[in-house]
Amino acid sequence: MPKKFNIFDHVLVPKHILLTKEEAKKVLKELGVQPWQLPWIRASDPAAKALGAKPGDIIKIIRKSKLAGYSIAYRYVVPG
Amino acid sequence: MSKKSGAVSKSSSYLEERLKTLEGKLPPSIIEELREKLQGIKLTKEEVDKIINYVIEEYENSLVEPGEAVGTVAAQSIGEPSTQMTLRTFHYAGVREFNITLGLPRFIEIVDARRTPSTPMMVIYLDEEHRYSRKKAEEVARRIQYVTIENVSKSISEDLSTLSIIIELDPELLKDKGLTVEHVVKALQRLKGEIVVEGNRIIFSSPDITDFNKLRKIRERITNLKLKGIRGIRRVVIRKEGDEYVLKTEGSNLAAVLTVEGVDPTRTITNDIHEIAEVLGIEAARQAIINEMQSVLEDQGLDVDIRHLMLVADIMTHTGRVRQIGRHGVSGEKESVLARAAFEVTVKQIIDAAIHGSVDELRGVAENVIVGSNPVPIGSGIVRLLMGFSSPQRKEESKE
Repeated sequence: MPKKFNIFDHVLVPKHILLTKEEAKKVLKELGVQPWQLPWIRASDPAAKALGAKPGDIIKIIRKSKLAGYSIAYRYVVPG
Repeated sequence: MSKKSGAVSKSSSYLEERLKTLEGKLPPSIIEELREKLQGIKLTKEEVDKIINYVIEEYENSLVEPGEAVGTVAAQSIGEPSTQMTLRTFHYAGVREFNITLGLPRFIEIVDARRTPSTPMMVIYLDEEHRYSRKKAEEVARRIQYVTIENVSKSISEDLSTLSIIIELDPELLKDKGLTVEHVVKALQRLKGEIVVEGNRIIFSSPDITDFNKLRKIRERITNLKLKGIRGIRRVVIRKEGDEYVLKTEGSNLAAVLTVEGVDPTRTITNDIHEIAEVLGIEAARQAIINEMQSVLEDQGLDVDIRHLMLVADIMTHTGRVRQIGRHGVSGEKESVLARAAFEVTVKQIIDAAIHGSVDELRGVAENVIVGSNPVPIGSGIVRLLMGFSSPQRKEESKE
């Protein structure tokens, strides 16, 4: 039986980092937005599940990009 | 001489120092390029500063300005080339072995976020062990390809006199798929009934079969009985790409294929965006949308800036689910009644809005064009004056 596959190893999946409450607050202040104004990610999303994210958390995503080397995005975990 | 080289090392360390301060101000790729280009060139501190300041200025000038209608620009930039696409292709172009939807139909499919693509397809990469030999690749292909009884038999016929079904197996096909008659019998045992094997002929009868209708139904079930493989994978083709063998499939089932032995799960992809969202998450789906759109455009020899595609993908995945650009997705979920009415099903939108007593805040472009207000909130028109009567900051200030 093959071992359990970690989705973060897949080429299409960028790095996801679960932010702590303090980090999240800092990011929101820097961007000057309310959490719901960020793009969302469902709590049932495979990547969010793998991180153990709960609704209300913020996930930092480091995308590889041909244009910018890498770029940073944030997603707000919503129920569903 | 020694004085000169000292100056160089000094300036290069100064360069490093300056480049570090740029993080966050410039994208990493530009910083990297600066480092590459400036290294080994003799420069004074002033020159380094001058170059870097110039790069920052150029970069900031090339940024999108607040209020710019990026969505409209993206729509036009994708729309114009795709009209050329219509003229050139409305066909299926084959990858020799089977057809894939390409060109405009495929592009519409991506943007509409259809549940399943009209030609689902997977590209399966193999692991280190199976990658380099055709034989090993075939082994994996056999594990993946979905095989039913129909695929290995010459004929499946109904015997009306005895109310039984006669399966005539093809030994060559069986061998090709790596199966034996026993496999077929085993699969048949899942159905209630009696099985008689005569060489390559299997006769199946069952007490359940009481009339012709039932016989026909059972026959249908037997033809589609799974022998091996992964549901949904109709065909597998082995192709050589560079120095490794790659499997291309007709039909898609990402979750199941990723667990198959011999498959490299880190690179295996499908063209079914919803499947990717389900198995790998919304971020992977975003990337997949961009990749798919880009490959369609590239196939057609059209040059569309990737940033437009990124914007489309961002909007489609904004809510954590893959939404279509259209009535049931992005356009249909707009806040403004008038903007929705301007898009499609105008009367329904307006009736619904009337029933619910909706209010249009007139904040978007479409609704402002409709009511003829001036200025429309794009570009410099986006600036508005706000008077905060009860903002806490003001209160604090007035106290002081």
